[in-house]
Amino acid sequence: MSTPGRPAPLHPSGSWTVGLRDRLSRTVPAGQALPDRQPAYVASWIYVFGVLTLAALVVVIATGLVLSIEGAVWWHISDTGRFVNSLHLWSVEVFFAVMVVHLWGKFWMAAWRGDRALTWITGVLCFVGSIGTAFTGYLSQSNFDSQWISGQAKDGLNAVGIGAFFNVLDPAQMLLWHVVLLPLVVGVVVLWHIVLVRRHGVVPPIDAPEPPITTAIPPTPEGVLS
Amino acid sequence: MSATQTPRMRAVRATPDSHDFPTRPYDLVKEFVIALAVVSLLTVVLAAAFSSPDERAISLADWASAAPNDVVATATSELAGTSTSASYGAPYNHAADGQKLFFLSLQKWAGVRQPVDSANDLVVHPLQSVTGDGGLSSALDAWTSASADQRTTWATAYADALAKAPDGDPTQVTSGDFGPVPVMATAFLALARSGGLEQIITRESFYSADQTRQLLLLNDGTYIEDQARARNLGGDQWGMMNEVGNYPGQPWMWLYTFWYQVDPFKSSDNADALVWGLMMLLTVGLALVPFIPGLRSLPEKIPVHRLVWKDYYRRHNL
Repeated sequence: MSTPGRPAPLHPSGSWTVGLRDRLSRTVPAGQALPDRQPAYVASWIYVFGVLTLAALVVVIATGLVLSIEGAVWWHISDTGRFVNSLHLWSVEVFFAVMVVHLWGKFWMAAWRGDRALTWITGVLCFVGSIGTAFTGYLSQSNFDSQWISGQAKDGLNAVGIGAFFNVLDPAQMLLWHVVLLPLVVGVVVLWHIVLVRRHGVVPPIDAPEPPITTAIPPTPEGVLS
Repeated sequence: MSATQTPRMRAVRATPDSHDFPTRPYDLVKEFVIALAVVSLLTVVLAAAFSSPDERAISLADWASAAPNDVVATATSELAGTSTSASYGAPYNHAADGQKLFFLSLQKWAGVRQPVDSANDLVVHPLQSVTGDGGLSSALDAWTSASADQRTTWATAYADALAKAPDGDPTQVTSGDFGPVPVMATAFLALARSGGLEQIITRESFYSADQTRQLLLLNDGTYIEDQARARNLGGDQWGMMNEVGNYPGQPWMWLYTFWYQVDPFKSSDNADALVWGLMMLLTVGLALVPFIPGLRSLPEKIPVHRLVWKDYYRRHNL
């Protein structure tokens, strides 16, 4: 309660809203969430694979959403469904291909330098979570392939106690993990990863000396995607 | 540099802040839209050119039609308690301790959370749903009224006789004291052929979402494995990462599959637990690369990074 005769403070101390707003504004430096400039050393095709991974993930999710509209059996009985399933399958293959190149690129760049260890760790979590999500997709196909894969996979999961809770022989449970739980986890971790990338910026070259002052250099012919 | 700085502070400061470097124009949104268009186009081309595999699931009727002797042998092994599922252990039953990860009995500790009584759930109870077969009813009465030891003796003797018969053919089994087992196994084959066995085996009365029992039964036979091996999907054929036909499958699981191809894993009774333990360890190691001495320095010693930043190094004579 404000004192009579004195104006109420603009931002009352203890405000959760102000606290959250300040926290969010401190998470990513101003202008870095959607930057229109990058450090001049960001000039290699290897950088493309991060955004390609993100783009492939968007295609994976979009095609998965279309499949989920008609249900789990649709793609077995409809040519359109089969084509959408093919889009989903191949987008996953592309997703993993570009993600692995991105991962190796970041390894050889030692991209964890400069307080970026958590960025690397969240990237690994994205990779592992994506493997689990794809695996449950293979178990949810309701065809010969899923019959065989589930029969083989159960032994590994049971051997370490996971199978008691995560039953690969139950396609209904696997489908829910595939379309709800794991995409949610992967989505959150991917978001976290992106925020960390924008927060810390692109890791400078190995052995790069401290730059004297920040200066802009003119555009190069390499342009976008370089 | 201050004398009070810790080694960690020095390490952090060794990498300059990326925001202090010279910059140049860059369009993040345009880059993403172009990437999305490229990936979408590539996906459409691949899908249109190669489609996706969809080999129909094997039904129990398919199995009975294609490999009737295997169905009879499997039903007999369920009754004898010698099938894979009957002798599995957790999470299906207490028949075995299961695999160990060194001294850790993780499989046993997780408990029996999907209980399956292979003889009763997979064979006897489905047969009890059959009506109008007096011979089967008598056989089931004899089975249920016999002692556990007697049942095992009958079923084991019949399993041995089937193993000795040419192609496991029940019609060529020599005579012996098999009790009601031959009648039950033959009736089970007829029930499987009828196409209704999946629904009878399932736990639910109408919605059969959980296929645990059907898949355990199918995997207790040899037919599905024969079909998988014919498609190069066997465990020793890198099967976990392969797909039917020439499709790429899950190549990202190559390392997991690799360990099953080499000793000591492939010859170990605890292969699954050991491979899983190793993969979990390697995954944690991958996540913690930034903190592992030697490994974290590898990129600085092997100059792949000079290809990535060749322009920068050239401009700065580094």
